[in-house]
Amino acid sequence: MSLARTLSPLIRAVRSPMGAAAGLWVLLIVALAILAPVVAPYAYDAQSLPDSFQPPSAAHWLGTDEFGRDLLTRLIYGARTSLSVSVTSIALSVFAGMVLGAAAGYVGGAFDRAVTIVVDLSWSFPEILIALILVAIIGPGVTGTMVAIGVAYLAQFTRLTRAQILALRSETYIEAARSLGAGGGFILFRHLLPNALAPVLVAGMLATGDAIILEATLGFFGLGAQPPLPSWGSMMSSGSALLFKAPWIIILPGLAVAITVVAINLFGDALIRALDIKTRLREA
Amino acid sequence: MLLSVRDLSIRFGPVEPVSGLSFDLDRGQIIGLVGESGSGKSLTAMAVAGLLPLVGGRIAEGRILFDGTDLARLPEAGLRAYRGRRIGVVTQNPMTALDPAQRIGEQVEVVARLHRGLSRQEAHQATIELLTALRIPEAGAICDAYPHQLSGGMKQRIVIAMALAGEPDLLIADEPTTALDVTVQAQIIHLLGQLVRERGLGLMLITHDMGVVAQVCDQVAVLYAGRLAETRDAPGLFAHPRHPYTAALIDCIPREGMAPGSLTGIPGAVPSAASYSTGCRFHDRCPRMLDRCRTEVPPLVARPEGGSLACHNPMGPT
Repeated sequence: MSLARTLSPLIRAVRSPMGAAAGLWVLLIVALAILAPVVAPYAYDAQSLPDSFQPPSAAHWLGTDEFGRDLLTRLIYGARTSLSVSVTSIALSVFAGMVLGAAAGYVGGAFDRAVTIVVDLSWSFPEILIALILVAIIGPGVTGTMVAIGVAYLAQFTRLTRAQILALRSETYIEAARSLGAGGGFILFRHLLPNALAPVLVAGMLATGDAIILEATLGFFGLGAQPPLPSWGSMMSSGSALLFKAPWIIILPGLAVAITVVAINLFGDALIRALDIKTRLREA
Repeated sequence: MLLSVRDLSIRFGPVEPVSGLSFDLDRGQIIGLVGESGSGKSLTAMAVAGLLPLVGGRIAEGRILFDGTDLARLPEAGLRAYRGRRIGVVTQNPMTALDPAQRIGEQVEVVARLHRGLSRQEAHQATIELLTALRIPEAGAICDAYPHQLSGGMKQRIVIAMALAGEPDLLIADEPTTALDVTVQAQIIHLLGQLVRERGLGLMLITHDMGVVAQVCDQVAVLYAGRLAETRDAPGLFAHPRHPYTAALIDCIPREGMAPGSLTGIPGAVPSAASYSTGCRFHDRCPRMLDRCRTEVPPLVARPEGGSLACHNPMGPT
């Protein structure tokens, strides 16, 4: 009963053909990422120089790169890097943003002003700039990228949560709870946060698409996952030098990024419609 | 005496929207606080529940004696022991008084668990009994529903159930029926009256509807612009209103056999708390105004027939 109720927006979201197709693609990529060691035909770091620059063939469905590594395998492992980095960083960001935003919105006063100033300042820089600076400080690699992307999107979720809490604070049911003896913590965790949750989660879902692009960008600059671990961004980077000799090396990961991001956005849109929270997002 | 309010004055910065209010309420009794919007009824209710700081106000003077304790002097932590447990509040608008993200049952149960120390199961049982007592059909199914699945009248019953779940001694209902249609209004008012008699609660009913007051109240306190105009037992007040404002309010009740268009309002509007006039605050709308009404504040004096009155030129037998 309860599970069905939780899943019902998801079911409604995939009822439209667009939402269904997008959901299916997201599901496929997630499954491939999780099952990479099982489904990938080769090892992602298996080099074979005689087989380098092979166009798609029966042995290598999507061809090979400059070291003769199987591109399908590397795309599948690349999905693993891309998704784990973007999902983890956005999850961290959503969690930290909700804590910070809720505290600022609920406590108010000087704390709220301090948080708002910092958040608005970071909001005025593009995410890529913040992420680049942070990776430069932390150092390249998967962990550095996760933290960098997480912090880059922190402002968005903090602002959204704070706005939600501020709007909900003056609701009658909050006053009613207080008049019946509820304390601050109870009101925050039982009434305010559950009601602020849905829009923040959908914003997080949409930001995951952006985070994939950001992860690919950092990878393209060589700041993401380090070789030989594949990421879509670093694959495109190595393919960019071979654009005319072996165009599939750059086109395929590029397509993977593009289709995945579009799919996540379409699915997020369908979810917004299913949850009927567009108006609430706009208010924030 | 369950509740005894003495010379209560409420301030918002330099503005004093309520001054010198006094009234008493006993167990098993209903007192109606009546007056137009802006007369200070809701503020008085918030003061008794200790919720004034929420809206930025404070109690400037006076005492609120609840069962012998002066609530006006209690700090927030002390007040919390009373809210829900001894004093239940029914909020104005049932449409927004329930958390849309929580099931009905949970919202009522948590009050019982918090204030009566019941276990989850006991609280659930108590909630079902309470909802049934409030004439809610299929209480078990309603507990599993979310607020948006219920009608307005049903939601108001749930709000009342929440206020009652802590088994309080005093119930404060701030215009509990304004958002409901007339037939549902009558049911809810009836229900409140019955609860008071059966459970021996004190009910402070805040309303601008004299019809509602006539139906259930024992005592009436008529407020105008933050001051008491007249207090008395309900039958006496309706039979012999002495303050012109009381009489005007009673004339606003529609009666059977009235000619169309003959229902009169009270000309003018309640002044805002920042611009109260000198003298009697009702003088510029009063049909019986004397010269001294402009300058002299009429004192609130006890009357031989019971209750009290603040008027220089009262109606009826002098």
